[in-house]
Amino acid sequence: MRVALFVTCVNDMLYPDTGRATVALLERLGVDVDFPPAQTCCGQPQFNTGYRHETEPLVHRYAAAFEGYDYIVTPSGSCVAMVRENYPRIGAKAAAEGRGDNLAEAAASVVPRTYELTEFLVDVLKVTDVGAYFPHTVTYHPTCHGLRVLGLGRRPLALLEKVGGLRLRELEGAEECCGFGGTFAVKNAAVSGAMGADKTRHIAGTGAAAVCTVDNSCLMHIGGTLAREGSPVRPVHIAEILAATEEHPYPMEEVR
Amino acid sequence: MSGTYLGMPAFPEAAAKSTQDTQLRGNLRHATHTIRAKRAVAVAELEDWPQLRAAGAAVKDRTLRHLDHYLEQLETAVTAAGGVVHWAADAAEANRIVTDLVRATGETEVVKVKSMATQEIGLNEALAEAGIHAYETDLAELIVQLGDDLPSHILVPAIHKNRSEIRDIFTERMGDWGRAAPAGLSDEPADLADAARLHLREKFLRAKVAISGANFMVAETGTLVVLESEGNGRMCLTLPETLISVVGIEKTIPTWQDLEIYLQTLPRSSTAERMNPYTSTWTGTTEGDGPQTFHLVLLDNGRTDTLADTVGRQALRCIRCSACLNVCPVYERAGGHAYGSAYPGPIGAILTPQLRGTASALDASLPYASTLCGACYEVCPVAIDIPEVLVHLRERVVEGGAVTLRGTRAVIKPARGHAAERAAMRAARWTLDHPAALRAGQRLAARTRRLHPARLPGPGRAWSATRELPAVPAESFRDWWQRTRGEGKST
Ligand code: SF4
Repeated sequence: MRVALFVTCVNDMLYPDTGRATVALLERLGVDVDFPPAQTCCGQPQFNTGYRHETEPLVHRYAAAFEGYDYIVTPSGSCVAMVRENYPRIGAKAAAEGRGDNLAEAAASVVPRTYELTEFLVDVLKVTDVGAYFPHTVTYHPTCHGLRVLGLGRRPLALLEKVGGLRLRELEGAEECCGFGGTFAVKNAAVSGAMGADKTRHIAGTGAAAVCTVDNSCLMHIGGTLAREGSPVRPVHIAEILAATEEHPYPMEEVR
Repeated sequence: MSGTYLGMPAFPEAAAKSTQDTQLRGNLRHATHTIRAKRAVAVAELEDWPQLRAAGAAVKDRTLRHLDHYLEQLETAVTAAGGVVHWAADAAEANRIVTDLVRATGETEVVKVKSMATQEIGLNEALAEAGIHAYETDLAELIVQLGDDLPSHILVPAIHKNRSEIRDIFTERMGDWGRAAPAGLSDEPADLADAARLHLREKFLRAKVAISGANFMVAETGTLVVLESEGNGRMCLTLPETLISVVGIEKTIPTWQDLEIYLQTLPRSSTAERMNPYTSTWTGTTEGDGPQTFHLVLLDNGRTDTLADTVGRQALRCIRCSACLNVCPVYERAGGHAYGSAYPGPIGAILTPQLRGTASALDASLPYASTLCGACYEVCPVAIDIPEVLVHLRERVVEGGAVTLRGTRAVIKPARGHAAERAAMRAARWTLDHPAALRAGQRLAARTRRLHPARLPGPGRAWSATRELPAVPAESFRDWWQRTRGEGKST
C-alpha cells in the first residue's frame, strides 16, 4: 500500500505540527507514508473565489505529484472536498470549453484515491482506537465541508471516543458554520466576525479545554477569535490529538 | 428604508450595519432558529423525503428544458378557459401591462395577495405613479407596507420586526391607509391579527380589482395555484370582479399530478406544516362565480437568460419555500435587506445576479455573501446546489465571460475592483505551480516572522479586527520533512 501525505499549503506553511502529527500517527499504525515534494495547493482558495482558470494548473500538479500512490491522505476536510467535488467540475468545464479531456482525466485519477484523515483511518485502516492519549476535555466542531460535502458523520467522534483520558463535551449549534469561508472572512469580515463570536461563545459554554476540528483553516478562524477574546480554550487539530500518547503527550501547557 | 431596493449599498457594507443592530439580530435569530427546528421535525416525518426532493428537482428540470412547449400549452389552456394571456419581457413591460389593465377598469384601488414577482418588478411603485393604490393583504406584507419598509424574507416579509414594533406601526399608520387600529391596541398576536382583519375586511369588500402571484401554473389545464396561510389571498382571488395574476414563467409545471410532489415538500420546508392551510386554484373564469375577468401576465425579466446558463439555471427550480434563508448563518446576521432585492438569503444571492446581471456593485457582491457552508443545499426541497452556483457566479464576476443578455450571447467584462485580487491570484498560482519558489517564500516568511505585524494593513485589516493572526512557525513542514527524512526527490 503506497500512501502519500497531502499536507496542504496551509498546514505546510502555518501548521507544520499537524503534518508531523499525521505522519507520526500513520507510522504508528504501520503505514509507510511518503511526502511527494512536488505537491503544493489543491487550488481551493482560487476556485472558491471565482478563479477557475487559475486552478487548472494546480489540478494537473496535484494529479502528477500523487501519481502512482494508492492513497492520498490529508488532514484537511475542505481540501478533500475541493478535490472530490470540484476537480471533476473543473475537468468537465475545460472539456466543454473545447480544451480536451486532459483535466477531466487528471481529476478522475485522483478523486477515488483522495481521503480525509479520519476517513482513511476508519474506512481504509478500519481502526477507531488508534492508541492515543489526551487527558483533557475536548469539544468537536464538525466543519461544513467535512460534515456536508464529505459526509464524515460520526467518524471523527468515534475516533475521539476511543482516546485515553479524553472527555468529550457536546457543542451547542455544532453544525452551524464558524464563519471562516476562505476569502469570505476578508470580503464579509463583519458577518464572519459575528459568526465566529457565536461559535466561540458556544465553545466556551462547553467548558472544554480544547476545541478540535478536521481542518486547520476553520481552526485558524476559531482559534484567532478565541485568542482575541483572551479565552483559555486551545484550538487543536484532530490529528494532533490522535497522535498524542502517554510517552509523547500533546504540549497543552505550552503558550500558543 | 423607503419602498425601493435601488441605490442599496453593496452587501458587505449593508450586512456590516445589520450585524450591529442587536434588536434586528435578536428578532432574526429567534425567528429563524424556531422555524429551522420545526422544519427539521416535519421533514423527518416523511420517509421518502429524498425521493420527493429528487422528483421535485427532476420535474422542474424537465419542464425548464422544454419551457417553450409548456408555456404554449399553458397559454392555450388559459385562453380556452376564458382568461387572457400577456407576455412581459421585462419589469417595465409587465408594469405597463398591469397599469393599463387596471386603468381600463376605471378603478384606482387594487387589493394584492403577496406576490414576489410584483415585488421584483416594483409594481406597487409603478401603480402609485399612475394614481392607483395597491393594498397588500398578506399580514406580513401589510406590516411592511404600513411601515414604509421593504420585505426582508420570502415567506415572512416582516421577520425583522417583533410584536411591539408591529403594534406601533399599526397604531401609527393604519388610519392613514383606511380603518384605524383600535385604541389601546396590545401587542398580543391575537389582538394584532384582529386589528389587521378589521382593516383588511373593509378593503376586500370594496375592491373590484385584485392582483396576485402564483406558486405554480399547471400547463395541461391552465390552472394557477397559490399557497398561503391566512385565507386573505383567497378573499382576493374570489371577491373582486377582475383578477390579474403576475407570474414568472419558471413557475410552470406540466400536470396536476406533478403538484402532488410540491404540495408535500413546500409546506414542510417553509412553515413546517404537514399540509398548507389555504391552497387555492383558479382556472380562467366561471360565469357567476369569482372574478369575471382574468388576466395572466407571464413575466420573463431575465429568466430566459438564466435558463441559457447550464449551471445557473437550477436556480429557476426554486419554489420559494424560504428554507435556505432560515438555515443560512449569513442571512441570520445580515438580515434580508442587505441582499437588496425581493429575493434575500442564499436563493437571492444566486437568483438576483442572474436576473439583474452583475454590473452593479451590489449585484457583484451577492455571490460572495456566503461561506459556502452548504446548509442551504442540504435543506433545499428541489436540491438546488446553491454553493455550486455561487462559485460559478463568482467566476462571472472576476473573470467575466460569455453570458446571455436579453436573449443574445454577449461577452461581459470582469467586474471592476477585482484587478488587485486577480493579480494576487495569478501570482499565487505561479508560486504554487513552482514548489521551489513556494519553498523560498516559506523560508523568507519564517525568517522574518518576528517582523510580522499583529494587525494587517489593506484588505487584511478586516480579518485582524476580530481575530488574531496565526504565527508563522520557524520551519515549514516541507523543510522538516527534508531535514529529517532527507527525501531525495527534487522539487
Ligand atoms: S432555493 Fe430551495 S430552499 Fe431556498 S427558497 Fe428556493 S426552494 Fe426553498
